[in-house]
Formats: sequence, C-alpha cells, structure tokens
Amino acid sequence: MLEPRANVQHYPPVAMNEPASDVGSWFERSVLGVLPDLVSTAQRLTRNATDAEDLVAEAVAKAWLGLTSLKERDRFRGWIFRILTNEFLATRRSQPSGVKKESLPDEGGGTEFSLFEQLHQPFLLWWGNPEKEFLDKLLREDLVRAIDSVHETFRIVVILADVQGLSYREIAEALGVPVGTVRSRLARGRSHLQKALWEHARDAGVIPRATHKDTKIK
Amino acid sequence: MTTDETINCEEALRLLAEYLDGELHGGAHVGVEQHLKTCRSCFSRAEFERRLKAELSRLGGDDVKPAFEQQIRHLISHFASSPVRTSQGEEQ
Repeated sequence: MLEPRANVQHYPPVAMNEPASDVGSWFERSVLGVLPDLVSTAQRLTRNATDAEDLVAEAVAKAWLGLTSLKERDRFRGWIFRILTNEFLATRRSQPSGVKKESLPDEGGGTEFSLFEQLHQPFLLWWGNPEKEFLDKLLREDLVRAIDSVHETFRIVVILADVQGLSYREIAEALGVPVGTVRSRLARGRSHLQKALWEHARDAGVIPRATHKDTKIK
Repeated sequence: MTTDETINCEEALRLLAEYLDGELHGGAHVGVEQHLKTCRSCFSRAEFERRLKAELSRLGGDDVKPAFEQQIRHLISHFASSPVRTSQGEEQ
C-alpha cells in the first residue's frame, strides 16, 4: 500500500484558510465520488487489476499533494483524470527497457475501418438488420477485449472520451496535446477498436457469412 | 445516399463523430442534424455509432472493492490529519 512520505507538505497551501479536516472531508467526498470511474479507467489503461489499484492510489496521493493546482473545485473530475493519465504515462516511460512496450502504429492518415460498413446490408433494410443484431449480441467482455487490444496512445483517448465522457478539451488538457491530436487519435482508436470487434466476431462465427464483405481493412 | 440542401453524405459522415460527441456547434451541428432527418443511410450509421458509444460508456464505473475503498479512505485520512511539514521537516 502507498504510504505518505516524510518531509513533504501534507496540507495543501491552497486550503490554508480552511481547517485541514474540512479540506480533507471535501477531498475524500470528491475522490470517492469518482473512485469507480478512476478504477475502471485505470483497469483499462493498465489491463491489470493490481496495477490499476496502485495507479489510482498514486494518483490520489499526487492529487492531494498538488491540490494547489486545482483552481476551481467543480473541475475536480477532469483534473484528477489528468493526474491519473499523467501518472500512467510516467510509469510507462520509467519502465526498464527490458519491459516490453507496445510499438506505436502509424499515426498518420489512412482509411478508417467502419464496423457499420462491414455489417450494413441496404437490401435487408425492411426485413433484417445485421448491425442491430451485432450490437444486441455484444457482451461486455467483447468490448473489454477490443479496447485492451488498442495501442495505449489511442486507447487512452478512447477511454477518456467514450468510457468516461470527457470533452475533447478536457482530454487535450489531460494529455498535454492539441485538440486536433485528440480528434485524430480518437478516430484512429475507434477504428482499431471496431476492427478488433469485427475480427473477434468473425472468428467466433457471430457474424453470418452473408455479411462478410470482401474489403481490405487497415 | 441522398443529399439535402445544406450538407451531403460525405460531409455529414466526416462530422458525425464530433456531432455524436457533442463537440459540434452552430451551423455544422444544424447541418448534420438536418441531414440525418432526411438520409436513411446516414441516420442508420449515426444510430449504430451512437449505440456503440453508449455500450462503451457502460464500461465505466466498475464496482470498487471495499478493501480498496478503505485503503483510499485511510490514505486521505492520514494526509488530512498530518501536521504541515516543510521540506526541512519542521512542523507548523
């Protein structure tokens, strides 16, 4: 378990005009309010339950120690997600070279993969709907497997946007990148995710042969 | 696919992700919205993407193990009850 370190300023200067117990109570309420979201995000980032808890605990400690950087308390959620993602990235960067890291796929343009285009059958419009049937059969574990297969550069953005509902601006602030980069990484991440869903469904035989299309996918 | 007076399918699909993410405003937002009312193909695509996005949003908010929540409470409690220390280790 993470233990507070000695010789550090435990009481955030921003709150010096408030009793420590009041600040602590507010901080605890705020953290517990987002804790399920922090844990689920950390689990999808680290893909490991133990690492996820360590990451959240470290982020909470960093958040307390860095409370002076929170200018408005109603922006707590985006702020602590920024700390969590930064902590994750810092941890990844500090891993020894022996630890296998994901190689970054080409971040440039290219045709995005569309699951809808693979499934959609215009001529079945009135008596069949393969894309609806696909979504009806989709399980949580299918989504988890698909998200986990996306490269972390894109996975972070998909998680923050689609799982946690952060705005592009909040994600840009969290990752320290321009909004345009968020937009392109999100498109790329969703493309990878949809491709993973498609491939898994095809391999599992969930998709009827009739909906297989002879298209090259990126 | 069809076109309408303000925006065609290609443009609507280019803007669709931002529209569904709530990141599109003003004329562009209205343009996509109007197009989806008149184009069945793009509407079907939008509904598919909207529902997939909704499925992903359900991955958030995992149950937190009681022991871990207790660990976080303990951590915060420890911080909040600690005296102020300077970098030289002086209590204030």
